Amino acid sequence: MAAAAELTLLEKSLGLSKGNKYSAQGERQIPVLQTNNGPSLTGLTTIAAHLVKQANKEYLLGSTAEEKAIVQQWLEYRVTRVDGHSNKEDIRTLLKDLNSYLEDKVYLTGYNFTLADILLYYGLHRFIVSIVSFFSVMFRMIFL
Amino acid sequence: MRLFVSEGAPGSLPVLAAAGRAQGRAELLISTVGPEECVVPFLTRPKVPVLQLDSGNYLFSTSAICRYFFLLSGWEQDDLTNQWLEWEATELQPALSAALYYLVVQGKKGEDVLGPVRRALTHIDQSLSRRSCPFLAGETESLADVVLWGALYPLLQDPAYLPEELGALHSWFQTLSSQEPCQRAAETVLKQQGVLALRPYLQKQPQPGSFEGRAVSNEPEEEELATLSEEEITMAVTAWEKGLESLPPLRPQQNPVLPVPGERNVLITSALPYVNNVPHLGNIIGCVLSADVFARYSRLRQWNTLYLCGTDEYGTATETKAMEEGLTPQEICDKYHAIHANIYRWFNISFDIFGRTTTPQQTKITQDIFQRLLTRGFVLEDTVEQLRCERCARFLADRFVEGVCPFCGYEEARGDQCDKCGKLINAIELKKPQCKVCRSCPVVKSSRHLFLDLPKLEKRLEEWLGKTLPGSDWTPNARFIIRSWLRDGLKPRCITRDLKWGTPVPLEGFEDKVFYVWFDATIGYLSITANYTDQWERWWKNPEQVNLYQFMAKDNVPFHGLVFPCSALGAEDNYTLVSHLIATEYLNYEDGKFSKSRGVGVFGDMAQDTGIPADIWRFYLLYIRPEGQDSAFSWTDMLLKNNSELLNNLGNFINRAGMFVSKFFGGYVPEMVLTSDDRRLVAHVTLELQHYHQLLEKVRIREALRSILTISRHGNQYIQVNEPWKRIKGSEADRQRAGTVTGLAVNIAALLSVMLQPYMPTVSATIQAQLQLPLPACSILLTNFLCTLPAGHQIGTVSPLFQKLENDQIESLRQRFGGGQAQVPPMPAVVEAAATAAPRQVQVLMDEVARQGNIVRELKAQKADKNQVAAEVAKLLDLKKQLALAEGKPLETPKGKKKK
Repeated sequence: MAAAAELTLLEKSLGLSKGNKYSAQGERQIPVLQTNNGPSLTGLTTIAAHLVKQANKEYLLGSTAEEKAIVQQWLEYRVTRVDGHSNKEDIRTLLKDLNSYLEDKVYLTGYNFTLADILLYYGLHRFIVSIVSFFSVMFRMIFL
Repeated sequence: MRLFVSEGAPGSLPVLAAAGRAQGRAELLISTVGPEECVVPFLTRPKVPVLQLDSGNYLFSTSAICRYFFLLSGWEQDDLTNQWLEWEATELQPALSAALYYLVVQGKKGEDVLGPVRRALTHIDQSLSRRSCPFLAGETESLADVVLWGALYPLLQDPAYLPEELGALHSWFQTLSSQEPCQRAAETVLKQQGVLALRPYLQKQPQPGSFEGRAVSNEPEEEELATLSEEEITMAVTAWEKGLESLPPLRPQQNPVLPVPGERNVLITSALPYVNNVPHLGNIIGCVLSADVFARYSRLRQWNTLYLCGTDEYGTATETKAMEEGLTPQEICDKYHAIHANIYRWFNISFDIFGRTTTPQQTKITQDIFQRLLTRGFVLEDTVEQLRCERCARFLADRFVEGVCPFCGYEEARGDQCDKCGKLINAIELKKPQCKVCRSCPVVKSSRHLFLDLPKLEKRLEEWLGKTLPGSDWTPNARFIIRSWLRDGLKPRCITRDLKWGTPVPLEGFEDKVFYVWFDATIGYLSITANYTDQWERWWKNPEQVNLYQFMAKDNVPFHGLVFPCSALGAEDNYTLVSHLIATEYLNYEDGKFSKSRGVGVFGDMAQDTGIPADIWRFYLLYIRPEGQDSAFSWTDMLLKNNSELLNNLGNFINRAGMFVSKFFGGYVPEMVLTSDDRRLVAHVTLELQHYHQLLEKVRIREALRSILTISRHGNQYIQVNEPWKRIKGSEADRQRAGTVTGLAVNIAALLSVMLQPYMPTVSATIQAQLQLPLPACSILLTNFLCTLPAGHQIGTVSPLFQKLENDQIESLRQRFGGGQAQVPPMPAVVEAAATAAPRQVQVLMDEVARQGNIVRELKAQKADKNQVAAEVAKLLDLKKQLALAEGKPLETPKGKKKK
C-alpha cells in the first residue's frame, strides 16, 4: 500500500473529514504533506502523528513519557525495519520478534491501543497474505 | 532505569548526551555488555544501547531513549522534531553506518567515506540556513539536535569529514560540540581515540547494504519531481517543439510609455526615498529593487509597463540637514538626488522615470487636489498648540525639539517619539524642551492648521476597499494595517506644517505654511509622471485601464492605502487608485538594525566599493527579501548563497551546458532526439516555469527565485545522470544521446537566462550573449518552455559567470560594516578602509585576541586534542591578522618558540 493511501485510510479512521493531498518524494516515495499554516511535513510517521493531533486524539500517541517513547519506538520500527526489510529471512525474524514481544501484551504499549498499532498493522498487512504463521499476531491485533 | 551500552557502540553518544542534557543521568545505572550480547529478550539480533525501564519495558531505539529522557524533563513532542528523528532513522542512519563502516572497518578515506553522507549533510546544512535558526527545531537546542549531533559526531569530529562549504552545519556542529553534556558523552564514548574507538563494535556488525543503489541524487529533498500525466508531458513537448515560432513579435518601444486601450497597462511605483539620507540595503530591497524585479518581469510578459520613482524632497528633515551641512535646502536636494540616482543606477534599477518632488508640477497638482477637497468640504481648520523658538523665529516641527521624556525621563527624547520607551509624545508635553538648532527654550504658542476630514471620507474609502481588496494581491501585512486603522476609526489628519521648505498652501491666512508629507508626498508619483509626459492623466485618471502596483516597506502603508485614496476619492476627479499594494517587512543587519549614526550596516553607496558585483547584491537581497516576515542580511549567508546557489548550482549548470556545445559540437547546438526521460524533463521544466509565473503574477518575488534555482538543479542532475562527456566518446548511438542531452541542457540554460533577467539583469545579458540567444527570445517569456536554440544554432564564447567569495574577504567586510564606519572617509577602497579602521574596532579586536590567546593556552595546558588546538590557533592567527590590518601595521611574523 502506498504511503499516501495509507495516510488517507488513517484520516478516515481518525474521523478527519477534510482529506489532505499527499505528494511522494524520491525513490522510496516518502509522503509529503503541505500544511496550510506552515512548512510541509515529510515522512509517514511524522505526518501520521500530525494527523492524530489534528483529530484531537493525542491519546493515540501515548499518555505517559514511557508510553510516548514506546509508541515512537514502534513507529520507527515500522519505517526502518518493516519497510526496510531486504529479504524473506528478515521478515521471518521480524515476525518472530513481534510475536514474542506481543506474547503477554494486548497492544504494543501493553493495554492501550495507539498509533503504533495502526501503522504496524498497515505495514504488516502485505505479509500476512503469504505467511500463515503470522496469523495469531494479526488475530490479536484485529479482534482485541 | 538501567542503560546497557557496549564499547564503541555509536548509539551511546546521543543517549549519554541526552541523559546529561535532560539531567536523567543521576538515576541511571549503566551496564556494559559485549557487542554480541542479547539484552532485549524478544529481539533475535543483539542491539545496544538499550534502556530497561523500571516497569520492565525496554527501549531499544536510540532516538526513543533520547526522546524518553527529554520527555521526562518536561519537553513536549512537536512535528518538526518528529520529522527530524524520522529522517535520522530512515535517511541519515543508513548513510552514516555505511560511511562509518568504510572508514573504521575497511580503512577507506576521503570521498569513499564522505560520498554516502554528503547528501544528508547538505540537507541539514540547507535546512539550518534556510530557516536561519541556530538549531534544527528552533531557537534553542533540543532533542533533534542531540540525536543528530550524537549520530554525526564520530564522523564530523574529524575536520576532514566536515565539508567547509557547509557553513551552517559547521557552526551548528561546533556549538553543540562545545556544550558540556555533549563533550562529556564524547569523552566517555570515544575516549580521545577519535572514530577508531568505534572499531570493537563496528567490526562485529554485518557490512551495511550497498549504499549506492539508494540515493543517486544530490538534490535537496524538497525539490523532488512531481508526478506528471501523459497529457501534460505531450502538451509540454508540443509547445517545446514549436520553438521560436510561437514567440509573438516584440512590442515596439514607446516614448513616452502611455496606456493602450485593450492592453494590460501596468503602472509601478516604488516608495519615494527621503532625499536627506543615503538608502541602506533594507530601503533598497523594500521598494526600488522589489519594484524593479516586478517591472522587468512585467516587460518580459509584454505588458505595457511604466515604472517610476523619485526622491521625496520636502520637509523638516531636509531643512535640518541643510542647516547641518551649511547649504540651502535646494542644494541639499540637488546633492542627494544625484547620490540616490547614482546608487540606483549602479544597482541597475530600470526606472522609466526617476524624478523629484520639488517641481512646479508638484505644486500645481497638490494645490489642485487641495482646492477640490476644500470646495467639497473635506478640509477642517483647527488650532494647535505648538512649540515656537523665539530666537529662530519659527514653530518647531517634531524633529526640531528635544527634551526629557514625560513618561520615562529619558533625556534625549525627540518631539514625536521617545527612543528609549518608544512612546509617542506630543511635543508640548516634553519636559525641558530645547530647540535643536539654537538650544534655547521654546515657548508654547498656538498655530492654526488645516486637517483632512478623514472621518467624513471613511465610508467612501471602505466602499472602494470593498471593491478593490477581494482577489487583489495586496500583501497580508498591508491589509492588516489598513484594517486596524479602520477598526480604530479614522481621525482628522493635520496636513499643514509651519515650515518653509514645502508646497505652499494656497489659502488666505496660511501663506507662511506648507503642506505636510502626509498630504503631498504620495502626490509626488503624479507630479513625477507629469514631468515625464504632459499626458500624465492618461495614467493617473484612468482607473479602468490602469493596474497600479505600489511597492513600499510596511511603515508606508497608511499613506498609500488610506490617506492618498481618501484625498483622491474626496477630490472626485477619477484618480487611478492602487490596485495592488505590496509591502515588505523589515530587513535587519546581521543581528541588529541598520544604523546610519552608528555606522552599522551596508548603505547603497558603499555596496559598490565592496568589489562584489551589483547582480550578486541583487540576488542575495532578493533571496532574503523580507516577504511575509522580517529577515536579516548576513555576510556569512551571502557567501554561502553565492558559493552554493550561484557558483555551484546555477553558474555551474549554465557553464557546463555551454561548454559541452563548444567542446563537443564545435559551438553548434546538436540534433536532439527526445527520449521519454527527456520529454519528462521538458514537462518538469515547463511546470516549474509555470510555477514561477504564478508566483511573480502574485508578486511573490522571493519564492519565484527558488523556481529558477530548482530548474538549474534539475539541469545539473540531468547532466550528471546522462554523462554526455563519456557518451561523446562512445558509439554512434551514445554520441547522439550526448547531443540530445547537451542540446536540451543548453536550451534550459537559455530559458534560465530569461527567467533570471528580472533578478540579475547583467548576468542574464551575459548568458544571452554567450549563447547568442535570438533577440525576441531574450525579451519575451512565455508560459511554456520553448526550444529557442534549435539544432545548428551557433553559440558564442562561453566563460564562467560567477566568482567564489572567500571567507577572509567576507570577514573583512563584516568587520568594516560592523560599526564605527561612520569615521571612515566616504567611498574608501577595501584596503584603505581596513587601514583606517575606527579605534573602537581596534580595541574590540585587541580584546578578542587576548581572549582567544587564553583559550589556546588553556587547551595546550590541558593537552587537548591536536585538531582542536590547531583550530583555535588558526582563529587566533586570523584575529591577529585582522588586528594588524585594523591598526594599519604590517603583519607580525609568528614568534612562538624562538623566544622561549
